Amino acid sequence: MIITTILFYLFSAILLGSATAVITARNPVYASLFLVLAFFNAAALFILLGAEFLGLILILVYVGAVMVLFLFVVMMLDINLTRLKEGFLSYLPLGLAIAILGVLELAVVFWTSPLGHIPAPGPIPANADNTRALGVLLYTHYLYPFEIAAVILLVAIIAAIALTLRRRQGTKTQSIDAQMAVRAKDRISLVNLRRPEQ
Amino acid sequence: MMMGGQPTLAAYLILGAILFSIGVVGIFLNRKNVIILLMAIELLLLAVNINLVAFSRYQGNLEGQVFVFFILTVAAAEAAIGLAILVVYFRNRRSINVEDIDELRG
Repeated sequence: MIITTILFYLFSAILLGSATAVITARNPVYASLFLVLAFFNAAALFILLGAEFLGLILILVYVGAVMVLFLFVVMMLDINLTRLKEGFLSYLPLGLAIAILGVLELAVVFWTSPLGHIPAPGPIPANADNTRALGVLLYTHYLYPFEIAAVILLVAIIAAIALTLRRRQGTKTQSIDAQMAVRAKDRISLVNLRRPEQ
Repeated sequence: MMMGGQPTLAAYLILGAILFSIGVVGIFLNRKNVIILLMAIELLLLAVNINLVAFSRYQGNLEGQVFVFFILTVAAAEAAIGLAILVVYFRNRRSINVEDIDELRG
């Protein structure tokens, strides 16, 4: 089982390194590509912890969908990078101090409390089925939260489309509601042509 | 950090803490670039997810993974709506600098 420990440290090191690269990269394209690497390593850690379904979902949903969305937006927008980097380092000392303090405090708590020393469970049995167990739990005990999550995704779809939808002026598209709303008096006007009485 | 050949729970928790701190520093450093801010928020959520999965494994309780599932759902929705708002904002102002978003200041 020593291999598990070695893999844990390998994936953790790459994860932390790529996360640092995400926040320090000059170019947002590099940042999103490093975030893809971070998600791959987090997925590997999930699989190491026996959560295969979540690991694969992380790769499929995050790397496959969310990060592609980020890349699309980064490439679509014409960003002035030099202005965005102004004052990049002015808050570094404060941010670094807060981060180091937070990590040290949490590390002390984890090391001294019995929480961090829960004995490691035995190796995962070869016939364990994480996806099936998670599915049974989701479709029985967590059925309503699951459906609410689906509604949240629907709301997100509609909101994203409604936000970015725009009607351009001057295009030759058919406007069906305007067609249906038209009435005869809008199209035809009858002119009285009788010659006035002499 | 080894116990029975596997990393202890504390190792995973400290990994999550370091990742969370990197996300917080990212928010401090990139105050002007909204895209990197959204990526830093993704890092924060990832740190929380690692904690939940580690607890789920070490406590032998699958419900932590259910919560990770819901967090992933909400995070995906948040990223989609955030990027949509960003695109609309860029269309109107030709900039994504946070300092330009002060129209509502009284």
